[in-house]
Amino acid sequence: MSAAIKSRVPEVLKKHQSDLLKEWVAQQLSSTTLRSDLMKESTLREQSAKFLNLFQEATQSGNLTDLSAGAWTTVKGLLSEISAGRARQGFSAAETATFIFSLKQPLFDRLRQEYAKDADGLVSDLWQATSVLDKLGLMTTELFQASREEVIVRQQKELSELSTPVVRLWEGVLALPLIGTLDSERTQVVMQSLLQKIVETGSAIAIIDITGVPIVDTLVAQHLLKTVAAARLMGADCIISGIRPQIAQTIVHLGVDLKDVITKATLADALAIAFQRTGVIVRKAGIKSDSSSSHIGNDSGIQTQSGTRGGRDQDL
Amino acid sequence: MERIPILKLGEFLLVTIQVDMHDRLAMTLQNDVTDMIVKTGARGVMIDISMLDVVDSFIGRMLGSMASMARILDAETVVVGMQPAVAITLVELGLSLTGVRTALNVDKGMDLLKASIARKEFDSGTVSW
Repeated sequence: MSAAIKSRVPEVLKKHQSDLLKEWVAQQLSSTTLRSDLMKESTLREQSAKFLNLFQEATQSGNLTDLSAGAWTTVKGLLSEISAGRARQGFSAAETATFIFSLKQPLFDRLRQEYAKDADGLVSDLWQATSVLDKLGLMTTELFQASREEVIVRQQKELSELSTPVVRLWEGVLALPLIGTLDSERTQVVMQSLLQKIVETGSAIAIIDITGVPIVDTLVAQHLLKTVAAARLMGADCIISGIRPQIAQTIVHLGVDLKDVITKATLADALAIAFQRTGVIVRKAGIKSDSSSSHIGNDSGIQTQSGTRGGRDQDL
Repeated sequence: MERIPILKLGEFLLVTIQVDMHDRLAMTLQNDVTDMIVKTGARGVMIDISMLDVVDSFIGRMLGSMASMARILDAETVVVGMQPAVAITLVELGLSLTGVRTALNVDKGMDLLKASIARKEFDSGTVSW
């Protein structure tokens, strides 16, 4: 069909390019999917003009069916740029695709005028025009999704890096406050950063605090035990702290064996054990001895804000 | 044939592995260490593997069995300076080297050996009194 009658779409596009642009932009501006809050009218005009120009040039090759052909490369390039930009700006997929689909009405109007009474030719060309615009529209959606996914992947990576800080509590004592669910991939990151930090700081004790871990199942417990075993191989002891009552129940119900690991209910308890192991003694500074000096500092050479053992232990 | 040197340091033996271990070398080392413990009457063996980037299951097992042999000959074994990557690999292989003492570096390993030998002497001392 298309071979018999030469398509007049390229011709129409070329002849009426400026009128088409005007009508197309008007169409987009009146559309309900217009996001004037996200994009300025001038930008929209500029994008439309650019696209229509490249589209017109690409159709001049006479190829309206195979979009993988070389003539369409520039059009696709522009579309990916526009889609990625709109995805970042917060457009929805439908709003992005409407950019292409809204070209249909002005183009079809022109084709109808051009063909006047030639129904066969009109139908043939309408089909060609609609199929090529549909393809371009779908392409925008795909590109839009791809750029969205890129954003998600990047955010996931950032999140997993953000949520695995290893902090130094004291000389020779590291803490790893875990927040969020533990999966295999995250455990790997956690394990690596903890072991790396152990080497860097030469710490003999690491406290893994799981207060922020919402669910502990057999897999998570397995991951924790692996981390503890790896740290032990390097010569550092691990203390697991922040075990909530429900989690303690779950661990016992699941039959997870935590006998070889030191576990404590709170981070404070774990720190107390760590101090004991490293031979650090923490006590309240004598207040009455010197009123002008600050409350930190004592004669044993260890500075602390307030007594953590002694007084605190009784509360817990 | 290349050999891994075993240094006598007071009543301890110090083994620093600075080349990639292959199976033959590991077996030779095992022989040498046991020989040396008997010959010198060493009370402790420290194996420094901080230069080792790759440890396979065989070497891992060898470290474990070397510690058991040393214990039979009345010497404590401490493995020091394991790299993070090596530790992760061994755990993934299911080798957690239970029964082998570990320390972060030679310094800490030496403290550990001294402490455990002092404890042993104290224990045997209380028995004889």
